[in-house]
Amino acid sequence: MTTILDPTSERSLAQRERLARPASLEGLTVGLLDISKPRGDIFLDRIEERLVGIGANVKRYSKPTFAKPAPVDLRHEIATECQVVIEALAD
Amino acid sequence: MRPGDVGNNGAGYVRPVGTTTATTPLPDGLVVVVKEECETCQTVVPVLREVAGRTALTVFTQDNAAFPGDPAATHDADLGISWHHDIETVPTLIKVRDGREVERTVGWSVGEWRRITGLDDIGEGLPTMRPGCGSMSVDPDRVDALRVRFGGSALAARRIDVAAAEDPLEMMFARGWTDGLPVVPPTEERVMQMLTGTSRAPGDVVATVPPDLVDISVEKVAIAAVMAGCRPEYLPWVLTAVEAACTDEFNMHGLLATTMPVGPVIVCSGPGTRAIGMNSGGNALGQGNRANLTIGRALQLVIRNFGGGRPGEVDRATHGGPAKISFCFAEADDTSPFGRLAGEHGIADGVDALTLFAGEGPHCVVDQLSRTPDSLARSLALKLQAVNHPKLVLAFDAIVVMGPEHARVFGDAGWGRDEIVAGITDHLHRPGAELARGAGGVAEGIPEAFAQADSLPKFRPGGLMLTYAGGGAGLFSQIIGGWVNGDMGSRPTTRAVTY
Repeated sequence: MTTILDPTSERSLAQRERLARPASLEGLTVGLLDISKPRGDIFLDRIEERLVGIGANVKRYSKPTFAKPAPVDLRHEIATECQVVIEALAD
Repeated sequence: MRPGDVGNNGAGYVRPVGTTTATTPLPDGLVVVVKEECETCQTVVPVLREVAGRTALTVFTQDNAAFPGDPAATHDADLGISWHHDIETVPTLIKVRDGREVERTVGWSVGEWRRITGLDDIGEGLPTMRPGCGSMSVDPDRVDALRVRFGGSALAARRIDVAAAEDPLEMMFARGWTDGLPVVPPTEERVMQMLTGTSRAPGDVVATVPPDLVDISVEKVAIAAVMAGCRPEYLPWVLTAVEAACTDEFNMHGLLATTMPVGPVIVCSGPGTRAIGMNSGGNALGQGNRANLTIGRALQLVIRNFGGGRPGEVDRATHGGPAKISFCFAEADDTSPFGRLAGEHGIADGVDALTLFAGEGPHCVVDQLSRTPDSLARSLALKLQAVNHPKLVLAFDAIVVMGPEHARVFGDAGWGRDEIVAGITDHLHRPGAELARGAGGVAEGIPEAFAQADSLPKFRPGGLMLTYAGGGAGLFSQIIGGWVNGDMGSRPTTRAVTY
């Protein structure tokens, strides 16, 4: 029998339950993260318009560069200031 | 031989329980290690008899437990004694006092044996000298297994048993551990052998690998190197590449996640590239050289298997490209007329080094007619302007891999590295009006705000890099286009190789 060594990081993933989906966005704060791709602002402006139209508060954030993960501080800021976040990829 | 077993002579050497550690002592007196297969060992049998009758002698035999019979020997069946006492040749004669080796000689030399045994009349009638034979404990077919058994395995990785009816290669495909090509099963023997390529301890942390951001040890890099097909002497290059890749400046996470078809291009240079047989000549960017191909592949297997970066998951490449499997080559810095890239990045001459560059597959520049540096510089600039898009400037770097025949055009005219880069750059400026979005009927381009600029360069300072590699025939160069550069994306990252 051949025995081989595990090439992975052997980590155990933490399992976390998702928060329950809100019945309505009215009165909730929705975070919109602009990843800084060209024309992303045009798309998000329209989304903000729609969300405000149904009674949501909108807060806008942006990553310093689309080419790197969002900084930890920014993620923390969004998590503490918003009840809902829309995360999307450009292109 | 199991701990506590007794040799075939009954009254022979008894190993302490818990043997096969480096502290297993040899018995006081004289110790000789032999194997029957060795002609010199057979030659010294009469001497062993002479010595055994006159002083304390312990004989260990490696192959046939019944050899030499008289005197009786202890069978070093598992080669633990030979391994722990660094027996490389048989016969080896060792003098032991108070449990410590004080002298040894290898092979047969009548003078040496008489001196060490203190018996000045032994070996009468034998040849004066005979070289010994290789010890079984250094037999290439056995040494890896012995290293695992006796080397005090410091390997921490989880062991995975492959079922008897299962093909290890298929099993590794099924677990998603390959880049689409078969990988070499990382057995403990192979990984231990791989680790002989570096002086670093298996548990040393090399880097924090994206996208999962987990610390990787030398051992786990060695596992990837085995899977990629590396030889142990390539490991320092792989370790250095992993270190360079997993830095904020290189931004391997972004490079992995991008929709663009780019991967970590590894440009190696220094005498070590020749020592490990890397190719900097004909087909340097192509197939056929183990070191070039497997060093680059090992880095990508680290990202895939350890970092968790897989296509369709964090890797969102639209097309991908061959640079994402392996793209690693050596510069011919020993014959380069304009030095090497690592030198440009501050590495001293003679020091092995590599540069990681976030790049795509190479594009060929065919110019078989330019015989003046100005014509060739203009020619290269035409193609370089097109990197990623002719109307997008300053956002991407590029590497020129100049072939010897193109380099000669510059060299014959007395142009060095700086003159070549400056000469090409002179022809890489365009008015903002030509580059702006919409200009020329093409929507793509730089923001309209720059349309009024008189002249914009294609590359930022230092963004056009020169390397020298390729075969002697062919008036060609290659261009490796880059990804988003600088703090916004990735900076070329150069490191001296850590052995």
